[in-house]
Amino acid sequence: MYIRCIRYRITKFQKFLITILIIGIHTTASYSNTLIVCKTCTHQTITETVNTAVAYDTIIIKKETYKEYNIIIDKPLTLIGKNYPTIDGERQGEIITIVSDHVTIDGLFIINVGTSYTEDYAAIRVKKSKDFVIQNVVLEKLFFGIYLEKARDGKVYHNKIIGDAVEEYNSGNGIQLWYSKNITIEHNFVQRVRDGIYLEFSDDCLIKNNVSSHNIRYGLHFMFSNKDTYEDNTFEKNGAGVAVMFSKKIKMSRNFFKENWGSASYGMLLKEINDAEISENTFEENTIGINIEGSNRIQYTKNNFINNGWAIKVRGACYTNIFVQNNFLNNSFDISYNSKLNDNIFNNNYWSKYTGYDLDKNGIGDVPYRPVKLFSYIVNRTPETIILLRSLFIDILDFSEKVSPVFTPDKLLDHHPLIHKIE
Amino acid sequence: MLKILKYSFYDLMRSRWSYVYFLFYLLLGTVLLFLNNDLSKAIITLMNVIIVLVPLIGTIFGVMYYYNSKEFTELLLAQPLKRNAIFLGQYLGVSLSLTMSLVLGIGIPFILYGIFRSDSIWNFSLLLVTGTFLTFIFTALAFNISLSNENKIKGFGYAVLLWLFLAIIYDGIFLMSLLLFEDYPLDKLSLIGTMLNPIDLSRTLILLKLDISALLGYTGAVFKKFFGTNFGLIISILMLSLWVFIPMLRIIFKSKKKDF
Amino acid sequence: MITIQNLHKTFKKNSVLTGIDLTINSSGIYAILGPNGSGKTTLIKSILGMVVPTQGTIHIMGENIKNNWHYKKNVDYLPQIANFPNNLSVKELFKMIKDLRGNTQADQELIELFNLAPFLNKKLGNLSGGTKQKVNIVLTFMFNSPILILDEPTTGLDPISLIRLKELIRKEKTNEKTILITSHIMSFVEEISDEIVFLLEGKIYFRGSIAQLKSQTQQPNFEHAIASILKTSYA
Repeated sequence: MYIRCIRYRITKFQKFLITILIIGIHTTASYSNTLIVCKTCTHQTITETVNTAVAYDTIIIKKETYKEYNIIIDKPLTLIGKNYPTIDGERQGEIITIVSDHVTIDGLFIINVGTSYTEDYAAIRVKKSKDFVIQNVVLEKLFFGIYLEKARDGKVYHNKIIGDAVEEYNSGNGIQLWYSKNITIEHNFVQRVRDGIYLEFSDDCLIKNNVSSHNIRYGLHFMFSNKDTYEDNTFEKNGAGVAVMFSKKIKMSRNFFKENWGSASYGMLLKEINDAEISENTFEENTIGINIEGSNRIQYTKNNFINNGWAIKVRGACYTNIFVQNNFLNNSFDISYNSKLNDNIFNNNYWSKYTGYDLDKNGIGDVPYRPVKLFSYIVNRTPETIILLRSLFIDILDFSEKVSPVFTPDKLLDHHPLIHKIE
Repeated sequence: MLKILKYSFYDLMRSRWSYVYFLFYLLLGTVLLFLNNDLSKAIITLMNVIIVLVPLIGTIFGVMYYYNSKEFTELLLAQPLKRNAIFLGQYLGVSLSLTMSLVLGIGIPFILYGIFRSDSIWNFSLLLVTGTFLTFIFTALAFNISLSNENKIKGFGYAVLLWLFLAIIYDGIFLMSLLLFEDYPLDKLSLIGTMLNPIDLSRTLILLKLDISALLGYTGAVFKKFFGTNFGLIISILMLSLWVFIPMLRIIFKSKKKDF
Repeated sequence: MITIQNLHKTFKKNSVLTGIDLTINSSGIYAILGPNGSGKTTLIKSILGMVVPTQGTIHIMGENIKNNWHYKKNVDYLPQIANFPNNLSVKELFKMIKDLRGNTQADQELIELFNLAPFLNKKLGNLSGGTKQKVNIVLTFMFNSPILILDEPTTGLDPISLIRLKELIRKEKTNEKTILITSHIMSFVEEISDEIVFLLEGKIYFRGSIAQLKSQTQQPNFEHAIASILKTSYA
C-alpha cells in the first residue's frame, strides 16, 4: 500500500524522493504504514499522528485547517498534504521542527508563524538532520520560512514563500541555511521577506531556478559559505539585490538580476570574494550591476549588462579580475573605479558606447576602448552632478579626458573591443 | 493668425532648407537604424543629436526667417490685421514646419523599421515630444531676439550665442557651481538649475527614461521624489510649456510696441 | 480724411518728427518731399500704424488709429522695397492677400496692364526687382480703398510700366481718392502731384501747390525751387 500510494503520485521530479525512501526501506528493512489525518478520522491532529507513527510511516493529511504548532518530527516520516491542507500556527511559535534524518514534507500550506525578537521561529526547521525533502509547500504570514540548521544532503524543492515584511529588524528570511552542507534549493518562489535565500557557513550547495523578488534586503545572501553554485535564478526588485560576502569559489551563472533600484542597491554585491566564476548572467536596469569590493581572482565571462546606472563599480583594492566577452549595453556608466587598475584585465568585451572602427574586418575594433569616463569620477565626488548626464558639456569633458587621461587610470583599456555584441 | 500661419507654413514647406533639414533626419534615422539594427541605441543617439541640433536649427532658422521676411512683414503690417496675428502666425508657421521636418524625417525610417511593434514606442514618442518642444521654444526665443534687434548681424550673433550658452556654457557653469558648493545639500539647487534651461529640461526628460537606474542611486529626498515618481515628468512637461508660453507672450508684447 | 495733430516720434535719442500737424480733407495727389532723414518714411509709417508715435494723434476717416487695425482696410500701401516669401508663386501671393483683405476682381485687369501673366506661376524668389515692383503695384491697386500711400513707386520700373503707373495714379485720382506719394524723382512729382508737403527736420516746412512753391522761392523750375529751400535751410 505504501508503494502504491507513492507510485500514483510519481512525477518526474520525485524520483529523488523515491530513491531516498527505497534506500530507507532496504537499509532498515522495516515495515511501513500509512496514517491518515482528518477531522473525522481516527487521527485528528498532526502532532498526535506524528507521535503515534513509527519510523518510515507515511502520514496523509487531508484538506482541513489544523491549528497546531511545535510539531516535532523525531523519526523518519513522510508527511503528504492532499490538496494543500492548512496548518495555522496562530503566531504561537515554530510550526514544524525536523530533528530526524529521512523526513519528507510535501504539499502543505503553512501560515502564521510566531514572531519573536529572541527566537528565530520558522515555518519548517530542519535541525542537525540529513536526507530530507521539503517540497510543494506554501508559506504565508511567516517569520522565518524554511530554516536549515546544521542540515545536510537535503532538498528544498518547488516551494512558495510569500512574506509581508516591511522592516528589516522584525522580519526573517525565506530560506535560511546555517552550517549546512550539500543542499539543493530548486524552483522556489520567495518574495517579500528579509533575505529571500540566506546562506551562512554553508558549503557545496546548489541554488537553481529560483525566483526571489521584492525582498526587503537581499534576494540571495551568502556569508562565509564556500564552493556553492547558483544558476538560472531570477532576482528582481529586491532592496539591495544579491550579496556575496566573505566566501570562496562560488559559481554564479545564467542568473537574471533586474530592477534593483536604490542608493545602496545593486544587482550583485561582491565583498571579500575570491576565486569566483561569474558567467552568462544578465544584469538589467539595476542602479549598480555589480558592486565589487576587495575581491580577487574572479572571472567575468559572457555576462550582459543592460541599461544599468553603473554596470560595474569597483571600490577598494581588487586583484586579478578578468572581464572577457561581456556585453555592456546602454549603461549610464560602464565602469567606475575609485582605486588603481591593479592587474585587472578587460578584453574582448562589447561596449555599445564604442565609437572606433574595424578596418581589417576581424570583428575587433582597431582602437582600444576606455570604459571609465571622467564624469563618473565627478559623480562619485559630487553625486548631484548626475543631473548633467548626457549634456554636451559633459561629452566634451569626457572626450578631452579620453584624448589625454588625467584623472582616470590611463591603463584601464579594453585593447580588443568587439564590434558586434555577443549573442 | 491662422491665415498667416497657413501661408508661412506653405512658404516654408517649399523652402529648400525644410527639405535639407528633413533629409538630414531621414538619412540619420535610416543610417542609425538599418546599419546598426539596434533600436534602443538608435534612439539614444538621436536623443543626443536632437537635444543639441534642434535648438541650434530652431534659433538660426527663426532668426533667418524673421530677417528675410522683414519687408513682407511690413507689407502685412499695412493690411487690416492684428499685429499679434502676424507675428504669432509667422512664429507658429516656422515652428510647425520645422517640427514637421523633424517628425517626418525621423518618423519615416522608424515606422518602416517597425517601431509600432516594439516596446521602444514610448522612448520614441518622448523623443518626438522633446524635439517638438525644443523647436517651439527656440524658434520663440529666436523671434524674441530678432524683434529686439534691428541689425541682422547682431541678431544672428545673439542667436548663436544663446544656443552656445544654453547648450554648453550653462552646463559648464552649472557643473562648476555644483562642485564649488559640494559641501551643501545640492539636490534642490541642481533641480532648479535644470528647470532654468530648456535644453537641460528636455535632457532630464530623457534621463528619466534612459538613466532612471543611475538617478535612483542618489540619496537626496527631493531627487527621489522628482525622479522616482511621475512628479518629475509632470514638472518637466509643465516647465517646457512655460518655456514656450513666456517667450510667446513676449513676442506679443514686443510686437505691440515695436516700430517698423 | 487724414488728420494729424502734433505728431512727435523719437527713436531712442533721435527725434525724427517734431510736431507735425497735417490735415488732408479732399481727394488728390499729395507728394511728401524732403531731404534724407527728414522723416518722410516715419510719417507714412505712422499713418500706417507701423510706427507708434511718441506723442500726438492721427485720425483716418474719423477713426483714431491708436491700437486699432480696422482702419487699415481704408488704406492701400505700396512699400518701398518689395520682398515676398520666396517660395510662394505670384498667383498664391495674390490669393493670400485677397484672403486677408477680401476678394476683388480688379487684379485681372492690373495683371494685364503690367504684363504679369507669364509670371503668375513663378516663385517670387525667382523674379527680378522690376517684376517684383510690378507685383507690388498690383497688390496695392487691386483694392478699392479711399486712401493710397505710395512709397517710391517708380523704383525699378521700365519706361512703359512707368507710363502705365502714372495713368493708374491719375485714374485713381479721378475716382476721388486721396493719394500720398514719396519720391526722389522730381520730374515725376512735378508731373503728377497736386500739392506738396515738404518736410524738413521733422516739421512741415511748406505745404501748397507747385506753383505756390515756385513763386515763394522765386525759382522758375521745380527742382531748383526744392534745391533753394535746402540751401536756405542749410545756410
